[in-house]
Parts: sequence; structure tokens; C-alpha cells
Amino acid sequence: MKVRFAIALAVLLFVSVRIHVQAAEQDKVIPIVAKRFAFTPDHVVLKKGEPVILRLSSEDVTHGFFVRPLKVDELIEPGKTVDVKVTPEQTGTFNVICHHFCGAGHGNMKMSITVE
Amino acid sequence: MKNTRRDFMKFAGLSLGLGTLYAVAPGLHSSAFGEEFARHTKNMNGEAVKPFTFLQLSDSHVGFNGPPDPLGTAAFERAVNVVNVMQQKPDFVLFTGDLTHDSEDKDVHAKRMQRFKEIASGIKTPKMFHVPGEHDAGLDQGVLFRENFGETHYSFDHKGVHFIGLDNVSRSKPELGAEQLAWLKNDLARFPKTAPIVVFTHRPLFDLRPDWEWFTSDGDEAMNLLAPYEHVTVLYGHIHRDDEHTEGHVKHYAARSLIFAFPDPQTTGEKKSIPFDKDHPFQNLGLRQVSVPKNVDDLAVSDVELTLREYSGVNGIQQLSKAVMK
Repeated sequence: MKVRFAIALAVLLFVSVRIHVQAAEQDKVIPIVAKRFAFTPDHVVLKKGEPVILRLSSEDVTHGFFVRPLKVDELIEPGKTVDVKVTPEQTGTFNVICHHFCGAGHGNMKMSITVE
Repeated sequence: MKNTRRDFMKFAGLSLGLGTLYAVAPGLHSSAFGEEFARHTKNMNGEAVKPFTFLQLSDSHVGFNGPPDPLGTAAFERAVNVVNVMQQKPDFVLFTGDLTHDSEDKDVHAKRMQRFKEIASGIKTPKMFHVPGEHDAGLDQGVLFRENFGETHYSFDHKGVHFIGLDNVSRSKPELGAEQLAWLKNDLARFPKTAPIVVFTHRPLFDLRPDWEWFTSDGDEAMNLLAPYEHVTVLYGHIHRDDEHTEGHVKHYAARSLIFAFPDPQTTGEKKSIPFDKDHPFQNLGLRQVSVPKNVDDLAVSDVELTLREYSGVNGIQQLSKAVMK
């Protein structure tokens, strides 16, 4: 009886893990590259309620990625990739800024995200 | 005593292209109310408030070479000259950050800091206090600033008023950080709730415009620590324009910049400096006058452009001084 229960539990766990991984694999991935003093791309369009992964990386120094309406507040260190899962809950166009001081043009380092 | 704040801390403000003159409790002892308040604060705080003035200068960005402003340190130097002919001498000057413009070259940045100190040393005042802006401390986490001015956050007392300088630019994000918040809590602990407190810092401690980086992410935690105190004023820079904001019983004042101005964030979508006007080089870098009429509970705020002075030269400066002292 104990063996059957253990097998059933293992199957259940396997299935749930598979479902989770498949869901993660289905999320759309949007690469965004930071480099003094711009983000590429500088504009992204998302759909309300649809989860996406923002894959953030830097080509030079540490940058920030901050957009309050989407609750994103990340640092992007060079040589590392940061995956941020976002499920937009409100429509509109939102400014994203670098909020880690990165040099003389820092104040103008920004992009926008439109949620439809 | 709750409704006495305005009478206790009267502000006569002068924005000198980037400066604000604050007169603390002028004429405090000239009324029965003033004497009563002075006795009260002395009993509660250990030191009675004595009238004095001080200045706030901000965002001189020494080393910035435009656009939009091709004049470099002209407004800063002009502000120094104006301060020096004021009839009412300030007890000290507060600099609320971005003293210099940053540089990748550490030697260049160090020279800019030296140039800032040379110009500032022309101000005839007994003391000067500084907090850094992100252009001073963002690239090296405040190393150069500390070499020149000491710690980036600290406090001091002056004639019955407690001053607190906070650093919200040296960390990776626009924040004070847990360590500094713990220091603030400890610093405040010895004061009664009636103590007059002036906080000076670079970025606003509230969400003025987060998508322009006009915020401090944990500023609300600092304000929660200050909330029990009945007489709190926050002075800051960073936004290159004068601004007045009230949250609870705390007033937040921004000083103008000494280099170029930003537009009103309430009416402008894009953060873009106001274009330089060669015919009015100090426009938007003018003076701000803040005064509280006797027995009036609200500050009266008026702005006067330096370029609108009737006279130039010494006569103009005297005219300016008289306007401020009204």
C-alpha cells in the first residue's frame, strides 16, 4: 500500500512539474539589452493579462530597469542575464528608466512599454 | 502648540538661481506668542530657538558644459555675489547635491570638485554643509565626496533646530538603505516630538515623478520615522525647479538649480530641460521668495526672475536684497 502511494505521489509530482515547465516554456521571451545610454529595443508592446519574460542584459556597466506600474525594479549587471516575469494588469504606455547612475547620459536612458 | 508651526518657523526664501534663503523664526521674541513658544521649546528641547537665516543652494553641476546651458558656472558665481550683498547674513549654507557634474576620468572629477570648492569659498558665511547628488557620488559610491566633505549623512544642531543631512544617491538604487534608516531612527530618538527638524537631501523623499527618477524608493520609511515629529521641513534639489509639496504635516521644498531648469512634470510628458535663452540667460534660475505674513498660517511664495530686476550691477543687487527682506 505504501509503495502504491509513493508511486502515485511521484507520478503526481512529475505531472505537476511538467505542467509548470511547459507553462514557463510557453511564456514569450523579450530580450532587452542595456548599454550606455539606451535600451534596445526602446519600445515593447505587451498584452494585458498575458505573461511574458523580459530577459535583461547589459553590454557595458551596471544599469537599472525600473517601471513602477509594472512593479519591476531590477539591477542589470554586465555578464549576467536577469529574467523578469511580467503579467501586465493595466493598459497604457509606461516609461522605463535606468535608475542605477551609469554616467553623464544616465538621465536620458529610458524606453517605453505599451500594454494593449 | 500644534497650530504654531508657521509662527515658529517663518521662512523668507530667496532662490538665487539655485538658492533659497530661509529665515527661521524672525521676530520670534517680538510677540507674547513668540516668547511663550520659545519658553516651550526650551523646556522641551533643551535649547530655545533663536532667530537666524540660512541658505540652500543646489545643483551647480560644476564641469557641465551644455547644452542647454553654455554658461558653465556663471549662475553659481552670480549666486555667490548676490549672497554676499544680502543685508541679512546667513548663519550657514546648505548644498543639496550635484555640486559637480560627473566624469569617467577620476582626475577630471576631482578637479571639478576643487573648482566647486573654490567658487563656494567665495560665499561669506561661517559654515557650509553638503550632501551629495548622484552626479557627485553615483559612479564611485561617494568616495570623492567623502574625501572632500566627510560623511554623506550626518546631523547637527543650530540655535534650537535639528538639521539632518541624508544621502539617497550613493547606493545602487535611489534609496537611503536599511543602515541609514536605522541611523536616522537612532538620531531622532533623543528628541521630543515638538523638536523643530529640517531634513536636507538631494532627491525628493516622496514620489514626485518616479518615471523621471524623481523619487526615493524607501523615502516613505524615512517619512514614517519623522511622522511623529510636529515640526518637520524637508529641503531637496535634483529636480532643477522650485516646488512645494505637503504630505501630512510635512512640507517639502525643492530649490532651483544653478545650471539649467526642468519643466513642470505635471504638464510635460517628456523629461527635457528648458531651452537656453541667450537673451535671458538666468531665466528659471531666478530667485524664489518665500515669506509668512504675521499671524498667517500658510507660506506666501513668490518667484522673481533675476532678469526682471529693474537695475543691473550693484544697484540691482541692492534692489534684490530689499525685495527679499520685505
